[in-house]
Amino acid sequence: MDEINHGRRFTIIWAVCTIIAVPLVIWVLGPNLGYGEASNAGEDQATTLTVLAAIATPFLLLVGLYLVYAAMFFRQPRGQMLEGPAVRDDAKVQISWIVVTSITVLILAVYGSVALIQNYGDGTGSGASPLNRPSHVGLRVQVIGQQWTWTYRWPEYGGVETPGIEIPVNTMIEFNVTSLDVIHSWTVKELGIKADANPQVNNIAFAEPNRLLSFEYRCTELCGIWHGAMYGFGRVVTRPQFEEWIHKMQIKYRPAEKYLPPFALTYQPKFGSHRAGFEEES
Amino acid sequence: MSLAYPHQSSSSVERPGWRKLVGFNIFTGIIGAVIGYIIGWYIGKALTTTPYYEYIRVNTLEDDLALILAYSFGVIGFLVGMGFANYPVGRMLGRPASLREKETGGAWRYFGLSTDHKVVGIQYLVGVGFFFFVGGLNAMLIRTELLHNTPEFVGPEKYLTIVGLHSVVMLGTLTSAVLGPFANYFVPIMIGARRMAFPRIEALTFWLLMAAGVILLSTIFFGGFPTGWTGYEPLNDQALMGMDSYILFFALVGISMVLLGMNMIVTIVTMRAPGVTWGRLPIFCWATFVTAVLMVLAAPMLIGTLLMAALDRAIGTSFFLTLGGGSAYLFENLFWFFGHPEVYVLALPGFGLILEMLPVFARKPLWGYRIAVAGFLGVGLMSFFVWQHHLFVSGINADLRPFYMLSTEIISIPTGFVFLAFIGTIWRSRITFTVPMLFCFAWAFNFLIGGASGVVLSDVPTNAQLHGSFFVIAHFHYTIMGGLGFAFVGAIYYYVPKMFGFKLNERIGKFQFWAMFLTFNATFLPIFALGLKGMARRVTFYPADLITLNRVVSIAAYLLFASMLLLVYNVVYSLVFERERATDNPWHSKGMEWQVPTPVPVDNFPDKIPDMRDFDPYDYGVPVSGGGAAPAPAGAGA
Amino acid sequence: MGKRITWTTVLLVIVCALVALYINSYTSAWPKVITVTNVPATRTANLELQTVGAVGEKLDQKNPDWVSYLVRSHGEWVHTTIWQVPAHTLIHVTIYQYDSESGLRNPYLGQVQGTIGGVMTLNGKVVNQINPDSAAHSFAIPSMGVFVPLEGVNEEEAEKKHDFCEEAPCELSQAHNTISFSFRTGAPGHYRWQCFVPCGAGYTFGNGGPMSTLGYMGGFLYVV
Repeated sequence: MDEINHGRRFTIIWAVCTIIAVPLVIWVLGPNLGYGEASNAGEDQATTLTVLAAIATPFLLLVGLYLVYAAMFFRQPRGQMLEGPAVRDDAKVQISWIVVTSITVLILAVYGSVALIQNYGDGTGSGASPLNRPSHVGLRVQVIGQQWTWTYRWPEYGGVETPGIEIPVNTMIEFNVTSLDVIHSWTVKELGIKADANPQVNNIAFAEPNRLLSFEYRCTELCGIWHGAMYGFGRVVTRPQFEEWIHKMQIKYRPAEKYLPPFALTYQPKFGSHRAGFEEES
Repeated sequence: MSLAYPHQSSSSVERPGWRKLVGFNIFTGIIGAVIGYIIGWYIGKALTTTPYYEYIRVNTLEDDLALILAYSFGVIGFLVGMGFANYPVGRMLGRPASLREKETGGAWRYFGLSTDHKVVGIQYLVGVGFFFFVGGLNAMLIRTELLHNTPEFVGPEKYLTIVGLHSVVMLGTLTSAVLGPFANYFVPIMIGARRMAFPRIEALTFWLLMAAGVILLSTIFFGGFPTGWTGYEPLNDQALMGMDSYILFFALVGISMVLLGMNMIVTIVTMRAPGVTWGRLPIFCWATFVTAVLMVLAAPMLIGTLLMAALDRAIGTSFFLTLGGGSAYLFENLFWFFGHPEVYVLALPGFGLILEMLPVFARKPLWGYRIAVAGFLGVGLMSFFVWQHHLFVSGINADLRPFYMLSTEIISIPTGFVFLAFIGTIWRSRITFTVPMLFCFAWAFNFLIGGASGVVLSDVPTNAQLHGSFFVIAHFHYTIMGGLGFAFVGAIYYYVPKMFGFKLNERIGKFQFWAMFLTFNATFLPIFALGLKGMARRVTFYPADLITLNRVVSIAAYLLFASMLLLVYNVVYSLVFERERATDNPWHSKGMEWQVPTPVPVDNFPDKIPDMRDFDPYDYGVPVSGGGAAPAPAGAGA
Repeated sequence: MGKRITWTTVLLVIVCALVALYINSYTSAWPKVITVTNVPATRTANLELQTVGAVGEKLDQKNPDWVSYLVRSHGEWVHTTIWQVPAHTLIHVTIYQYDSESGLRNPYLGQVQGTIGGVMTLNGKVVNQINPDSAAHSFAIPSMGVFVPLEGVNEEEAEKKHDFCEEAPCELSQAHNTISFSFRTGAPGHYRWQCFVPCGAGYTFGNGGPMSTLGYMGGFLYVV
């Protein structure tokens, strides 16, 4: 058994499998990982997923194949009690391992940070003062989470509130997500957006859809009994279609405008806060 | 049974049967619990009629204050009834120290306060096993509900309670799943000590956990709780009385964790026999030590946070309600500051167990001992610097995110050291695939997938796709169940011969292993796919195109539960019916815990504590001189 | 040996019984399903509902103080929120609203949406919205786009006249508002409906308690 150079043999097996697997991961598995080629954020996320999967593959294969190799070749002959070499350490191996894993991990961290900053938060909720705002925001929409539905307000269109959402394609959109009660989270997987709706907090996410499609928005932070039912469907449409839609909405929901509070980035609802200090003495 | 201690007190004399029933035991414990509950309830209700209560106008239909006080007094009553107050009160009254409680006397000692760490270890094993079963049962209910894409089985709000119960039971009890049974039992023997540093506190940690478990299960009588295990405010504040069960449960678990950790730390630091230096401490003891440090540092955060949540609910403070001046973010941050070290409290003991078992079945010394210890220390330290990765999309200050992404990526480096030690130990080894060894290999496979998926989640852009989705569920099940769970079951097979004196049936064991491993992967690999397809967590409504995949997962999950029942069957069959006696050292391990006889004497060692100065628990392997290793007959080697 | 088998069997039976009880505690609490049938030849169906300030001991021992919806079935008022209606049918809904004002948390939902004509009839008058501050409850099926606010009763005035309904079921002689509207069901499926007024008094944001429990202020429309 000692004549076999296990190191060389295993390295060859691993290298061959890696060479076969990585292209498969990139070109066969990659396009199926996640959604969202449909916006700048979504595209970047899909690319990142593929890159991460491709980088993880050699490591997964290393340990996975090694387990199989060890199970096959490092066995105790039946009925015997032989022992392996009493080696406890090998500085070279340890240092190489530390160096390789550290470099890989640092590369990933830098890559992720750069993508995050370059893509204006990559569709994530970046808080009230995002690190990097795009200079060319084409549309602002406020996403209001409440138990248990989503409504939307359009500051550039008189603060009209609508129960659904349509957004124009090829426009950088600023989503201001907030909540009226508990913590919710607005997610559109096709566009790669996810932003928590925190009460009395404004959480800003940016995304620029790049094709016409129908998308599902959903709540992804547990908010109570109908958390799972807090979903709906929106559309990415052309700019003229969007303008037509929003004007129809303004006409349809004009009656509600009478009672709506003025548009603000966060709200303090009047009712439903039966606790000391929340509402004035009536 | 002779006791080696020269200062034995009269309370170690055997008492007649009727005296045992009347004395401080589980029956008086239950009576104390009921009395305490009633007293606490009435105090709470009385407080709600005081002018102060009227002033703060907590206009609520829920009796949170009464329930919280009822639970608290109930626990105190339970502990007093069990006999935990006897020693402090007795000493205050001037009575001599009674060092031992229920260390001898057959099966009855397992139902009360015992100062023998081995009894506590077995109590923990059974208690953790019971709650593991309850958690698994809830998981089956979850999977049954998810067979349809609208709520059909238990309904939308009861589903949230089931999800909450599954996760809280699992996390709360698995936190102590390794330190409780195995560290309590074996660490003193491994370091050459006769007992733990604080035996009564050790027993206390167990009974606190049991009391906490009962409190948690009582939530179904109070309406359940809708927040899942994270207990996020403000939903926490809005919930029915069942939420208080969750709060009390976790607070008690937190207290139990602090005490357990403290006991472990003091034992390992002060009670090592001469020769057991830090550089020669068995790796399992190192993992236990680092875990204990994490417990002691992180759990108080949880206890404080839950106290604030309880105050919000019971007396109308607004720590976490923005409209009252508080902040929902505060809860998220406080909780996850505990929550992240908590998951390493879960993972680290698994690392220790695996690296402890590996040399025995590879017949090679543990390779990379120092780098493995460095890995544990690195993971433990870094675990306090990564918690914001649970909050990436929650609107935290965007400047913070690159830092936390970096710290989370960095924590995977020390985790990798554990894999390196694993790889090095089985390189050119002589592997025997006993059931524990199978579990070690499965651990490596599962934790690898779990860890890799963690790296994917730590990247903020991909986090946007995957946060709050089933991908996260697959990630933590692979690390916690695939990691800790498999290590735990492997350790059961490994240590039962020492703890009970009977071997678990090998054939059933191998079948059970393969059933568990295959069904586990069949359940959780598709869950990665579900996550990537956008299925959100904790929902009963999901898109119709995911129904088939959910049904596949549910069927695999039922089979996984069946494989766990097979483990129960194996335990019952082997320990109750077959009862095949195990030798003192069936695995031919060089560890100290295997050099003592079975059953382990009350004071751990037959007479004197052995000389540990030349003792090496990893004394396997043929010494290497220059070139390759020639096989040598068993028994040779220094 | 025999003793061991006996004890093991006894314990096994106890465990199975406990497990069965546990599962049953979850599944047995579903509200009843009330079927609203087609009025033949007209492709319509009538749904009569009542919203009350306290469901009362008679109808519900568990939470008699909670607000609730009731549905009329065969002349009786039944305490359930799961109603079965036919698909592709015009549903005429009449709601007798007996509860006092609470106020909508999002005033936007004071406008009637998703009904035929975007209107409702409030005490005989056709309106398309109410003052959101005076809503007591609302009836909404968000996935169908239906949002209907229900005007509250002025509690002080009703107390003076001694006709405020303290406990369900409420009579038409007591102070109430009658709201009626119609909407069309589509494809079969299970649709959830809920109230959007924070009427869970004593719970944070008014959305706990009855709002968060099936059978009071939220339920299902089984469209078959």
